[in-house]
Amino acid sequence: MNSYLLSLAIWVPIIGALPILALGSERRDLVRRLSLAVAIAAFLVTLPLYTGFDRQFVGMQFVEIAPWIPRFNVQYFLGIDGISVLFILLNSFVTVLVVLAGWEVIEQKTAQYMAAFLIMSGLMNGIFASLDAVLFYVFFEASLIPMYIIIGVWGGPNRVYAAFKFFLYTLLGSLLMLVSLLYLFLEAGGSFNLLEWHQLRLSMAPQILVFIAFLVAFAVKVPMWPVHTWLPDAHVEAPTGGSVVLAAIMLKLGAYGFVRFSLPILPDASHYLAPMMIALSLIAVVYIGFVALVQTDMKKLIAYSSISHMGFVTLGFFIFNQIGVEGALVQMISHGFVSAAMFLCVGVMYDRMHSRQIADYGGVVNTMPKFAAFFMLFAMANSGLPATSGFVGEFMVILGAIKYNFWVGFAAATTLILGAAYTLWMYKRVAFGAVANDHVAKLSDIGAREFMVLALLAAAVLAMGIYPFPFTDVMHVSVDNLLKHVAVSKL
Amino acid sequence: MLNTFVMPDFYPAASELFLAAMACVILVVDAFAGPARRWLTAILTMLTLVGCMVITYLTFDGSSALTFGNMFVDDPVADFLKLLVYIAVIVVLIYGRDYMAARNLDKGEYYLLVLFATLGMMVMISAYNFLTLYLGLEMMSLSLYAMVAIDRDSARATEAAMKYFVLGALASGLLLYGMSMIYGATGTLELGVVAQAIHEGTTNRTILVFGLVFMVAGIAFKLGVVPFHMWIPDVYHGAPTAVTLFISSAPKLAAFAMALRLLVSGLFGLAEQWQTMLMIMAVASIGLGNLAAIAQTNIKRMLAYSAISHMGFMLLALMSGVAGAQLDPMALINAYSSAMYYSVAYVLMSLGTFGMVLLLSRAGYEAENLEDFKGLNQRSPWFALMMAILMFSMAGIPFFVGFFAKFSVLLAAIAAGHVAVVIIAVMFSLVGAYYYLRVVKLMYFDKPVDGAPIQAGLDMRLLLSANGLAVALFGIFPDSLMMLCTATLVRSL
Repeated sequence: MNSYLLSLAIWVPIIGALPILALGSERRDLVRRLSLAVAIAAFLVTLPLYTGFDRQFVGMQFVEIAPWIPRFNVQYFLGIDGISVLFILLNSFVTVLVVLAGWEVIEQKTAQYMAAFLIMSGLMNGIFASLDAVLFYVFFEASLIPMYIIIGVWGGPNRVYAAFKFFLYTLLGSLLMLVSLLYLFLEAGGSFNLLEWHQLRLSMAPQILVFIAFLVAFAVKVPMWPVHTWLPDAHVEAPTGGSVVLAAIMLKLGAYGFVRFSLPILPDASHYLAPMMIALSLIAVVYIGFVALVQTDMKKLIAYSSISHMGFVTLGFFIFNQIGVEGALVQMISHGFVSAAMFLCVGVMYDRMHSRQIADYGGVVNTMPKFAAFFMLFAMANSGLPATSGFVGEFMVILGAIKYNFWVGFAAATTLILGAAYTLWMYKRVAFGAVANDHVAKLSDIGAREFMVLALLAAAVLAMGIYPFPFTDVMHVSVDNLLKHVAVSKL
Repeated sequence: MLNTFVMPDFYPAASELFLAAMACVILVVDAFAGPARRWLTAILTMLTLVGCMVITYLTFDGSSALTFGNMFVDDPVADFLKLLVYIAVIVVLIYGRDYMAARNLDKGEYYLLVLFATLGMMVMISAYNFLTLYLGLEMMSLSLYAMVAIDRDSARATEAAMKYFVLGALASGLLLYGMSMIYGATGTLELGVVAQAIHEGTTNRTILVFGLVFMVAGIAFKLGVVPFHMWIPDVYHGAPTAVTLFISSAPKLAAFAMALRLLVSGLFGLAEQWQTMLMIMAVASIGLGNLAAIAQTNIKRMLAYSAISHMGFMLLALMSGVAGAQLDPMALINAYSSAMYYSVAYVLMSLGTFGMVLLLSRAGYEAENLEDFKGLNQRSPWFALMMAILMFSMAGIPFFVGFFAKFSVLLAAIAAGHVAVVIIAVMFSLVGAYYYLRVVKLMYFDKPVDGAPIQAGLDMRLLLSANGLAVALFGIFPDSLMMLCTATLVRSL
């Protein structure tokens, strides 16, 4: 069965971005409307992926396959399973929000801004849908270009440094990955087909080397401690939309890479190196949690909180039980919503005050009550309060971790305290208390557009927190299959 | 004696003969037409190249033919590379026209030197004998020396030409000396017979390897790889930009052909030896080229160092043909076709990049500093996009042709077991990404300092856009070009 839905999900936003670029930035209003139309269209074409998804089917669905570079047996091979389907939806959904969030704020080169996000959205859908290693790599690396431009053109004062750091850090990992992809191609007898790679036999030494190369690529992207330092810089300097996409989608690429490449292709190395991965994850969870506590810049605080939350994701993957892996995937989706919402909230305040310093705020609830209510909900979700999406994933991972080893679970559980501490403390300093200064007193509450964006996210966060079944149901069979696969040695 | 003379078959060399004849015609026409009717020279030059293209295309049929007593070969690789050379030269002439006219450098000599250099390249590409190759090489080089100095009042250009000439002559001398050694050992100058003699193993290996070292040095000089790279930055910088554009494009294809003919067709029996030499040069070039490029503020110098690193990458593939004792024909094809693909891709990118430098230059103003690219996105979003495509492509980021060029080279090198070398190479290309990104940064993140609108003819604008889009298009659909390189090579080796 050949379906074109995945191709549509990739190419609708990319092709749609071209007329927007061609329009130029003079006709701002038209550009914004057209961008929104493209983003919504791109989201709508991904919906059938969810509704038409066969939850009992083991393997890839919506498969498209065509030769791309016959010279090297590279195929245009797309397909999704229960693990990747949600990310495509999440990505397309977030793109709509990003277009809305940049509606009035982006005054310079609006067309290029919108086009960059749309192109990036298409490229990232490509990453999640690729089942050919070269296709994956090509999307993986091409997505750096729009992000580099976004941070560099519309970013803060130190944007150039952040843009370079982001690009070069990520490129370092991807180049090593490229080398291992080429190696695997030769080992597999001339195939870049990921599904074939999943069956490939490899002895331990090459498995470990390839695992390390993949680790560098994906760990930078996740980011895991100690290669996380680019993220706070990139987040702080990026415009709101950039931070949202970075946190909600780009960080997931690394974690997704572990699930798609490291675990199934290199199960023995994954098991062998799991203690190291767990240790790195716990350091991210605990140590970065403490680092977040002392931040004075809101965006930096959320950036560190992202690293800490992503530590949970990698932890969930490397304890190799169903609830852990599913919890990690739920955590990824949830973090996509919550971190996007947190950055949007900071963006709302930044648009008005042009400051991200916690110290510049205080008593925002007095002047922006509606906003403060939303912000409160998202802060709660970020600290993992039950009935929000943040709780589900964390709880599942902790449960899985305790099954694996009590003390690992114990260390992971400290995040519930740390997360609450840094998020709620920040919220308290920003929102509560008396009005801190004249600037805060002059703040106006959110408008209809901002309200809609935050309300959409709030609905998603609550829905996922109260009734996560639609999310876990989709991934269940695929995770089960993955774990069965990982349990078989390839030596 | 008369009855032993065999009339050679001129057909395989038809395009060379046509070009040589036309060059003589243009020489006369230009002398009579005078400066007032210079356009006549320009048009005739163009027509000559187009004519060559037609002739070569007609003989591009997948068959090989030797002629002139086995001194000259016309095989698919030769035809393919020649076609690319014509295209590159036509592009160079169009990009450089306004620039040369504004500086009053578009004299008849310029066109003639371009034609003679082209003829030299064609002879190099089709050479099947040490002497033919040397003849073509000298014809190309001497024309290039003169072209660098064409702006005779410029001290910098004269100095560059002098350096180029002295070092180039030295390199030619080395090459010739190496050839004489091989001749001494094998008793022949014909590539095929040399290969046969080495294969039979009756020759003195010491003399062969001794000669090989000199020949590799000569090739390395023409390619411009470390440690024979010193002339590149000075010549690129000193020459008028239109001439730099020329030097950085078509001659690279000819130099690749020379390397292929000498090393693969002629000295294949010594592959083990020359592969090691190439490996050292490749790693050193990729390292030095990328590191030194960071320190440059002049874009021509920066691109010069980038050219060094790119040629290093090309060598990476060229040194990956033979691995282990068993000869694997697939590995051979993969390696040499990757090297060829890389050269072609590089020439495509190099044309575009120097074309951009020419686009920003105008009468009395040389846009050769990196600063001149500041804020290009505000001055002309379209050409900023083209330059961004070119820079990302040079850095090896997908979806552009540069990525797939690197991809196939790295694949060939890994297949030959050079994993460590590949890791060094990719780490240096990470370093290299920095200076390409810096150009993008200047164009997109900075405010313009030079507000002047871009003046360029419509033909140049269109061609430059086509060039940029080709870099993108051959990246999205890389297969056609790869297959073409592979297919021509398979039929020629």
